[in-house]
Amino acid sequence: MLKVHRDICGYCGCCVSVCPEGALELIDAYLSVEDNCTSCGVCAKVCPLGALEVIDEK
Amino acid sequence: MKNKYDVLVIGGGPAGALAAKTAVEKGLSACIVEKRQAIGTPVRCAEGIGREALHEFIDPDPRWISAEMTGAGIVAPDGFFMKLESAYAGNKVGYILDRKFFDRELVWKAAEAGADVAVKSRASAPIMDHGVVKGAKVEYCGKVTKVGAEVVIAADGVESKFSRWCGIDTTVPVREIMSSVQYVIADIDIDPHATIFYLGNEVAPEGYLWVFPKGERSANVGIGISGKKSGEGHRAKDYLDRFVKKTFPDGKTIEYIPGGVSVCRPLDSTVADGLMITGDAARVVDPLTGGGIYNAMYTGRLAAQVAAECISKGDTTREALMIYDKTWRASKMGKAIERNYHIKEYLIRQSDEKLNAIIHSVAKLNLSEFSTLTLIKELIKVNPKLVLELGALAASLH
Repeated sequence: MLKVHRDICGYCGCCVSVCPEGALELIDAYLSVEDNCTSCGVCAKVCPLGALEVIDEK
Repeated sequence: MKNKYDVLVIGGGPAGALAAKTAVEKGLSACIVEKRQAIGTPVRCAEGIGREALHEFIDPDPRWISAEMTGAGIVAPDGFFMKLESAYAGNKVGYILDRKFFDRELVWKAAEAGADVAVKSRASAPIMDHGVVKGAKVEYCGKVTKVGAEVVIAADGVESKFSRWCGIDTTVPVREIMSSVQYVIADIDIDPHATIFYLGNEVAPEGYLWVFPKGERSANVGIGISGKKSGEGHRAKDYLDRFVKKTFPDGKTIEYIPGGVSVCRPLDSTVADGLMITGDAARVVDPLTGGGIYNAMYTGRLAAQVAAECISKGDTTREALMIYDKTWRASKMGKAIERNYHIKEYLIRQSDEKLNAIIHSVAKLNLSEFSTLTLIKELIKVNPKLVLELGALAASLH
């Protein structure tokens, strides 16, 4: 599952541009994660601030 | 906002503003929808633009010019400084804008020309009919309005979601997103009339770090690194914080702006039935410099010009709109993007030692024209071996 650390996120949209599923959407100052997110972690890698984290659900 | 326009523009940045302004000047009805609450913020930009590039669209106004540039400098990985000056001493070569006011000015001009503007209004889905884009659903304070259009111009920036919803893959490859952070730092010692670029794998892997003056003692201090090189403990912010701590330990950060800049090739096609894609959304950022303001204004204006012609002929199919795509690719801008893409690909493969050697070859260059092309040509002159390494690319520079 993709966790958005909202205290770190600078709502810049860098992650949105690399998401292969189009599962991220920046709604003004709120990053939304849609159901088609596969937790691939590409967004977490490129985030300039480290605001995204893939969390193991098990 | 009405329920129908000739041209619906998604995004109120420089591309969207020029598209809307041009459309209404051509006698069309147009509306800009901007998802943010204000035009111009957050800035997400280092704000540099060349002198001629700006003048092609608008005369500079002190209200949105932060600083005037007369030169630039490149700092090699080992700290060696190469100064770049205009061959005509003291000549203005470029500007650092104040995008908060600049973007607002551009949208103001579009509005004064007759375009409608809606802020805090997000295009949340296209209206499609048999694969043809016919408008957009626009959300405002929880209410969804269907807005029809002959042509939708997507100018929605680096996120580029609208075109994706229309079936166009706008995904930026991880290695070609510049993961970026910028601080506006006040009360620091800088050269107030020169943009400084720091290179090197320790400083900014596969990218660069910049200090762009915003005034006598303040600057945009930012960094972009390849998404490929980004990760826990070595993100853009980590690199920038290290640099700032060392270089401007007493500076005061008055703004904190993360962002993403694409340095990939432009989209394979920037048109579809009823849709045109412009600016960052079309991935027309200069892949070498990361500069996108001029390219956004250029493609925004051109898209609206072509849209006007196509609408008047009653044909807004992909084939008809394709002239936009063909025209920008054949333009000076399109050619510069292709050339600079190759130069970028060459440079990111070079070691720090190699970059040092290239930059050490000359302490000062006087450039007849202040462009990356002239700079590369001058560097080849003093490093003849580069011709062999650049191969076919070197030949194309002449």
